[in-house]
Amino acid sequence: MKRGRINWNGLVHEVTPAAEADQVMLSNGQCLHESEFEWLPPLQTGTIFALGLNYADHASELAFKAPDQPLVFLKSAGSLMGHRGQTQRPADAHYMHYECELAVVIGRPARHIKRDDAYRYIAAYTIANDYAIRDYLENYYRPNLKVKNRDGCTPLGPWLVDQADIGDPMQLELTTHINGKLVQRGNTRDMVFSIPVLIEYLSGILTLSPGDIILTGTPAGLANVQVGDEVVTAIEGLGQLSNTIIGATHD
Amino acid sequence: MSAQATVFGVILNDHRSMQRLQAQFTAAPYLTPPRAPVLHIKPSNTLAGEGAVVVLPSGAEQLEIGASLGLVIGRLSSHLSLENALAAVSAYVIMADLSLPHAQYYRPAIRERCFDGACPISPKIAFSPDLPQPEQLSIRSYVNGQLVETRNLADLVRSASELLRDVTEFMRLDSNDILHLGVLFQGAQARVGDAVRIVIDHLGELNFTLVASCEEQI
Repeated sequence: MKRGRINWNGLVHEVTPAAEADQVMLSNGQCLHESEFEWLPPLQTGTIFALGLNYADHASELAFKAPDQPLVFLKSAGSLMGHRGQTQRPADAHYMHYECELAVVIGRPARHIKRDDAYRYIAAYTIANDYAIRDYLENYYRPNLKVKNRDGCTPLGPWLVDQADIGDPMQLELTTHINGKLVQRGNTRDMVFSIPVLIEYLSGILTLSPGDIILTGTPAGLANVQVGDEVVTAIEGLGQLSNTIIGATHD
Repeated sequence: MSAQATVFGVILNDHRSMQRLQAQFTAAPYLTPPRAPVLHIKPSNTLAGEGAVVVLPSGAEQLEIGASLGLVIGRLSSHLSLENALAAVSAYVIMADLSLPHAQYYRPAIRERCFDGACPISPKIAFSPDLPQPEQLSIRSYVNGQLVETRNLADLVRSASELLRDVTEFMRLDSNDILHLGVLFQGAQARVGDAVRIVIDHLGELNFTLVASCEEQI
C-alpha cells in the first residue's frame, strides 16, 4: 500500500494513489487534483539518520575510499520538505548537488538486532533527495549541519510504500533527472553497508523507534543544480519525487 | 503539525577549549579552524529527566559529563537578529550532553554522543527578566558531592544571541527545540556508580546517576 500526506484547505490529510496519476484519493474516496493541495513529507519522522559515502562509486567520485564503518550523521525535521516543494539555493553557493537515496522507515522498537532479523523491524520505504551545499563543508563533525541540515533541503516522499510491496530493497534502481536529462543512475545493490547491516549497526548503538528513518546514501553522478532546475529523484517501485530549485528568499 | 522537538548541541564554543585545540586546527584532519558553529543533534532516544539513572554503553566505564545551559525555543524561529534572538527563548534548562570520551571531532560522534539516556535535562526554568543573562551564569559539576568542574559562561566564543543568530541563518529552530551553549573539550568525567549533580546559580540543579550495562558484551 502507498500512503501520502497532504495539506488541503488548511488541514492535514492522509491520501492514497487515485486512478489518475495526477490525482490522490482522500480516505472518504474523494479525489483531488495535484493543483489543489500541497504535498507534505509522508510521515511525522522520529530521528533522521543519514549515511555518507555508502556507495563505493560515489565515495571515489568524492576522492574518498569507502569507510570501514558506516559514516552516520543526523538531521532534524526542519530539513524535510514534501513532493513538488521548492528548495532554496543560497546566493553565495557555488556547488549544490542532489542525492537520490532510499529511505528506510523503522516500524517497531529495535535494539541489538542481528542483520538476519533486520527486515522484521522495517515498516516502509520512501524516496529522499538529500541536497548538500559543498561550499559550507568544514572538517568538524563532517558532514556538518550547515551543509546537510538546511531548511527544506531534504525533500521526502511522495509515498510511503509498505515493505510488503517491495520485493528486494537491495535490488532497486535509483535515478535522478534534471530538467528531464538523466544525471544519476545507480542500484541499491551497490551499497557499501546494506540495509540489514545498517540496522544491526545502529541498533547496536541505540534504540531505534517507529518512525525513525535511515537515508541510505547515494550512488555516483553528482552535478550542480541551478535556480529554476526541476530535479526528479526516482526509485524503482517507489515512484518519483520532484523538487524545484529557487533562489534564496532571505539574505 | 510540528514534529517532535529536537535537541541541538554545540562544541568548541568556549575560549578555553579553543585554546587547547589551537595547535591542531591547522593540521589534518581539520586543516582550518572552525567557521560556523560546530553543531550536533541529541536524538530523542538520548533524552532523560531529573533523577535519571543512565546506563552506560556496554563496555564503557566512564563518560564526559558535558554540563551545559540549554535554551528552550518559544516559537518557530528563522533568521533571528542579535537584537531579537533572546526574545525567541522561552525557558532555560540545565543539561548534561553525556559522551564517551573522544579526542577527535572530524566525524559525527554518533556512537559517542547518541546512546540511550545520553542527555539528561532538568525541568524547564521559565525565562524571566529577573534572571541573569546567559553569559553571567556559571555551571558547577559535582561527582558524589565533590566539585569537579566550574565553568563561567562569560568565556563563550559565541554568546547566546550570536549562536542563535548564526544557527537560524540556515536552520530553523522550532517551538520546544533546545539549543545548548556548548560543552568543554575533554571536560570532567564520571564513572559507573557515580551520582552527578550540575548546579547553575539562580536556575537550580540537575541530578542523575550512572550505572553499568548488564547487556551481554557483543
